[in-house]
Amino acid sequence: MCSDPQSIEGLTWLACYLTTGKHMSMYWALGTVLLLLAVTAPSALLFGFGGATAARSRVAPLRWLGKAYISIVRGVPDIAFFLFFVIALDQAFEWLRHQIKCPDWDKEIWQGNDFLVCPQAKLPLGTSPQWIHETYGFFLAVLTFSIVFGAFAANVIFGAMRAVPAAQIETAEAYGMSHRQTFWRVLVPQMWVYALPGLSNLWMVLIKATPLLFLLGVEDIVYWARELGGTKTPQFTDYPHGDWRMWYFFALLVFYLMFTKVSEVVLSWIMTRLTRGQATMGGEAQRKAAA
Amino acid sequence: MSCWETIADYALRSQGIGERLLPRTDFTLCQQFTLIGSGMIWNIYFGTFALVSGFFLATAVALGKATRSVWLRKPSEWFIFVFRGSPLFIQFFFAYFLFLSLKSSYPAMAPFTAAWLGALVVLFLNTAAYSAEIFYGALLSIPKGDLEAADAYGMSGWSRFRRVVWPTMLRLAWPAYTNEAIFLFHATTLVFFSGFPAAQQSGDALYYASYFADKTFNPFVPYPILAFYFILLTLTVIGMFGLVNKRLNRHLPQDRRVKMRFRPNLIR
Repeated sequence: MCSDPQSIEGLTWLACYLTTGKHMSMYWALGTVLLLLAVTAPSALLFGFGGATAARSRVAPLRWLGKAYISIVRGVPDIAFFLFFVIALDQAFEWLRHQIKCPDWDKEIWQGNDFLVCPQAKLPLGTSPQWIHETYGFFLAVLTFSIVFGAFAANVIFGAMRAVPAAQIETAEAYGMSHRQTFWRVLVPQMWVYALPGLSNLWMVLIKATPLLFLLGVEDIVYWARELGGTKTPQFTDYPHGDWRMWYFFALLVFYLMFTKVSEVVLSWIMTRLTRGQATMGGEAQRKAAA
Repeated sequence: MSCWETIADYALRSQGIGERLLPRTDFTLCQQFTLIGSGMIWNIYFGTFALVSGFFLATAVALGKATRSVWLRKPSEWFIFVFRGSPLFIQFFFAYFLFLSLKSSYPAMAPFTAAWLGALVVLFLNTAAYSAEIFYGALLSIPKGDLEAADAYGMSGWSRFRRVVWPTMLRLAWPAYTNEAIFLFHATTLVFFSGFPAAQQSGDALYYASYFADKTFNPFVPYPILAFYFILLTLTVIGMFGLVNKRLNRHLPQDRRVKMRFRPNLIR
């Protein structure tokens, strides 16, 4: 059907146009966004949990570390962090590998404007195939997102841990539970309902941060929208068209709006489930409505 | 070249005044400080103008969302949903290409494809939507007693709004609105990474910071400088909004005043 694009018109043309190989790559890039969200959300939560636990630790240096992590990342424009961490993490990994793999390297690593490690320590290795390079780039992006969003999550979880009624903790202690038992059996199960409003806000923000992947050098949807939307002349493509970038970005806008809408619905459902049986205003309202 | 000469050459570089060529080799700390600081002019420009103009639209939209009339309420709700529900980054791209295609049919639209106007329009609409949501929330939490008191005094319409509703709304919204302002200033760093061209390499602070990071392969100098400037800017914004907060709360007894809480930003 699509073998002779010049002769087809209207909807058929559009259907053929929207299923070219490059468009398929763009739909894969949408998948990349979802994958990024799927990987980042739990790992940021993990970073956040670690940060919050550290920030309320009884060991002073650990507490300082946790608090510094939370406040430094939150104080600076996030996009600056994205640009910073990608280079900084890359260099940190290469430097570490350099120390291990080439201990007798006598040249300076910082040569004026260059950062040079021995060839064996390069990440990824110069000889690796293209997909390793792409995966490594994606991995760096995920790590960066996790560190930045981990700090935000840490702040939310830190607040939620403090919001658990003190009476609950005291009761646990009165039952003779150790510090660790109180933490895992009483504090952690109860904090989620307090953390959820903040975390769902964070999830919304995370969705809206995904186009920044473009700045991290990943071939994401923004890249493809610019690439595919640009004016195409008949010499280079079977589907010539004018400057359609506006429509591509309009489609992205709609994609994100739908995604936020769906998330809102799902999150409010989770909130209703978590509120059930809690000693909060929401829980009380649910109990009264049922009775 | 001494540091003073560098400052003379580059302090207004982001506005196209001064030395044309950016430094290419042997970057000094002074050059980085000066150029990144020069770029801050753009961030302050975008932030201030978007904030001031967005304030008025936000008040209107918040009132629109709170009215009973469907014709006013639905458009306000949609406006807020569209701008809060989609990434600012994509909004910038979309607006830029929209203006670009408008320009080809109406040459008068040409200024909109430049960052100084086009990006400002996007930031204006965006901050108006976020602030409108904050104001709407505050509008709903105005104490009933205040409104009843206004009615008892025989106030209605404009004077009721001007003397009771509006000041109370602002007072309740102010801490959250301060965060929104900080947030907006941070968001201005996206402008030159989202389609809008930096003509003659005159960009904002992040544009120069990433220029230096690209050229030196050393992110550990320019980004902390950028962070330093932004922390300074954030503190200034907090200070100024704090003064307004004090004025909005001046009629209340000490213990009932709304506390400012510093809750810095998230990406939008």
